[in-house]
Amino acid sequence: MAKLIKNQQILDDTWQVLTPEDGADAATVAVPAGQWIVPLAVWQAQPALAARGDVAPLLEGADDPADLADQLGTLSLVAVNFPRFADGRGYSIATLLRSRYGYTGELRAIGDVLRDQFNYFTRCGFDALQPPVDKYTDAQLGAALASLKDFTDPYQASATFRDPLFRRHARHAA
Amino acid sequence: MYRYDDYDQQLVDERVAQFTDQTRRYFAGELTEEEFLPLRLQNGIYIQRHAPMLRLAIPYGNLRADQVRMYGHIARTYDRGYGHFTTRHNMQFNWCELEKMPEILAKLATVQLHAIQTSGNCIRNTSTDPFAGVAEDERIDPRPWCELIRQWSTFHPEFAYLPRKFKIAVNGAEEDRAVIRCHDIGLELIKNDAGETGFRIFVGGGLGRTPIIGEEIASFVPWQHLLTYCESILRVYNRFGRRDNKFKARIKIIVKSLGIDEFRRRVEADWAHFKDGPSTLTQQELDRVAACFVDPDYKTLPKTDAGYVQAQADSKPFAAWVKRNVRGHKRPGYASVVLSLKKTGVPPGDVTDAQLDLIADLADRYSFGEVRITHEQNVVLADVEQSALFALWEQARAGGLATPNIGLLTDMICCPGGDFCSLANAKSIPIAEAVQRRFDDLDYLHDIGELELNISGCMNACGHHHVGHIGILGVDKNGEEWYQITIGGRQGNLTHLGKVIGPSFAAADVPDVIETLVNTYVAHRHEGERFIDTVHRIGADPFKQAVYGDKTPAQRKVANG
Ligand code: SF4
Repeated sequence: MAKLIKNQQILDDTWQVLTPEDGADAATVAVPAGQWIVPLAVWQAQPALAARGDVAPLLEGADDPADLADQLGTLSLVAVNFPRFADGRGYSIATLLRSRYGYTGELRAIGDVLRDQFNYFTRCGFDALQPPVDKYTDAQLGAALASLKDFTDPYQASATFRDPLFRRHARHAA
Repeated sequence: MYRYDDYDQQLVDERVAQFTDQTRRYFAGELTEEEFLPLRLQNGIYIQRHAPMLRLAIPYGNLRADQVRMYGHIARTYDRGYGHFTTRHNMQFNWCELEKMPEILAKLATVQLHAIQTSGNCIRNTSTDPFAGVAEDERIDPRPWCELIRQWSTFHPEFAYLPRKFKIAVNGAEEDRAVIRCHDIGLELIKNDAGETGFRIFVGGGLGRTPIIGEEIASFVPWQHLLTYCESILRVYNRFGRRDNKFKARIKIIVKSLGIDEFRRRVEADWAHFKDGPSTLTQQELDRVAACFVDPDYKTLPKTDAGYVQAQADSKPFAAWVKRNVRGHKRPGYASVVLSLKKTGVPPGDVTDAQLDLIADLADRYSFGEVRITHEQNVVLADVEQSALFALWEQARAGGLATPNIGLLTDMICCPGGDFCSLANAKSIPIAEAVQRRFDDLDYLHDIGELELNISGCMNACGHHHVGHIGILGVDKNGEEWYQITIGGRQGNLTHLGKVIGPSFAAADVPDVIETLVNTYVAHRHEGERFIDTVHRIGADPFKQAVYGDKTPAQRKVANG
């Protein structure tokens, strides 16, 4: 079963990611019963999915989070895919969802989600991190929790630090 | 200079701890080569021809004497007794072992030095004018702004995996000495009609494979909004920049393909939501940082020191050095000194451990313990009393740091090239040396006058060959090393990209070609006219003619009409 890091804890996860076949028509792709994360195109083409409550949209790097802006108030999960860990578009998508569109539900990073990026993921607003299945042993994942706290007091404002360092603390010339 | 508080120090220390653990996991086989790559790059570590190379950040070119001494210590202890200053405010060591890197970084952190984001697809070290704070033509001191940018860009969580590297430069003087229009973001500090400070912002400049001069995206952004505006530029780039082709991934490509107007529209649409947000700079923070850059305790001195004038009359070599290596200063009785790292026979920018110690001593003795590094790969002591110049010169000369050639042909910019760099098409250091030897006669060199010669070992253009008055670019032809020559490039307010004069040359021919170009200039120059001005007045044809005769097809085509 896939592992999920949420709120600094390791949980078993029950959501599945739906990957339609190439060329499949988004409007007719079947979304079975159960908890499914589906591509944004499927989510948009099948408005009825929103009512189910156990289906969530998945954004790719090229997707525009603005497309979800009207629905964010009712969504409990949005996932963002990292096809390669070096593809950093998802960090900006997360920032936009949290800081510009005010999304407050679960924001999950999936795909090539590696522990050495955990700190930046969470600071950009991901509160749920899902590394590839079998990527880490339980012990490694436990150790990886520490990397969430790599930087105690970062300079920037971001989703987890509403203010930049210069507004959080009174800084004096050393 | 900026002084770290506990927060700054904690971040650097935490970075060392993070990378120490990453290196441990890499050697334990828990991190793949591919996963480790961006981690080590963002800690300044390349795997080069001989060994890993460690590239250290010199934030906007400023160093304290104790930091320079630490470089000397690293060079002696972990390297082969020397280091290399690059064209972008970095220090590079070529022979350190990967296993030792965490230990080296921990030592560096004790004096607030680090290698953070000196490589990789992230925001790199900000660069600026080496004469910041002392230049006579300065409007606004760029250093506090550079420091604010340093803090904002360090470990920025959103922009660590950009499509490609990202470089920012700041200029606050009449003359741009920071090449801002050849940077991803170029910031020009200005005042508006109401006397408020702000930034004219250029975007999408860069050298490399596709040299492009940056375009103006904003004519005036008030200073409070500097960081949010830069964030919006970065966000648009991060989302829409190309990731399918490494050679088309810089911001300049997306700015060109969207056009500056559409690019600006996207940036401003994003900025509309973040402007006035928490990242808006406060007067209090600006004051805190700016307080680190107030003038040192200058003495009240006569405008001209009589002993200094006399020493120039008495010593021709001292006078020659003063003419080239000493600059005016905003304070009466003071001067700025450029220590040349361009001695013939030494690779440009290379410096030994003993020289590093000497530089630190000279800084302590004569210049308030501070040093700046120029993008031309020389060292500046910014605040020296005129009365101390002769003594300083004698000590610098004994240490091989007083070659009187600043701004002259032998003061060339040169990248490490094929001797060290695994990306190179050709060697660059031996070319630099061969040209230096050809022009070693000082009287001849001074008669030629100001001439900037820049050499890159491949089209990545670390040696800024496009903006050299003469540029030399190493190219590969069927596995052999050849050199393409450009003329007419320049940096500064009139930044201009040089034009290729024709087919490339073998290494052995390069000094002859340079000499022919110089002779052509000497034959055509007007009284007091610099090489670059002659080139722009008479055009490239007389130079091509002199070099190739009737040999090039292009030349014949022009001749035929
Ligand atoms: S210009 Fe090319 S050869 Fe020279 S340092 Fe840069 S990448 Fe290496």
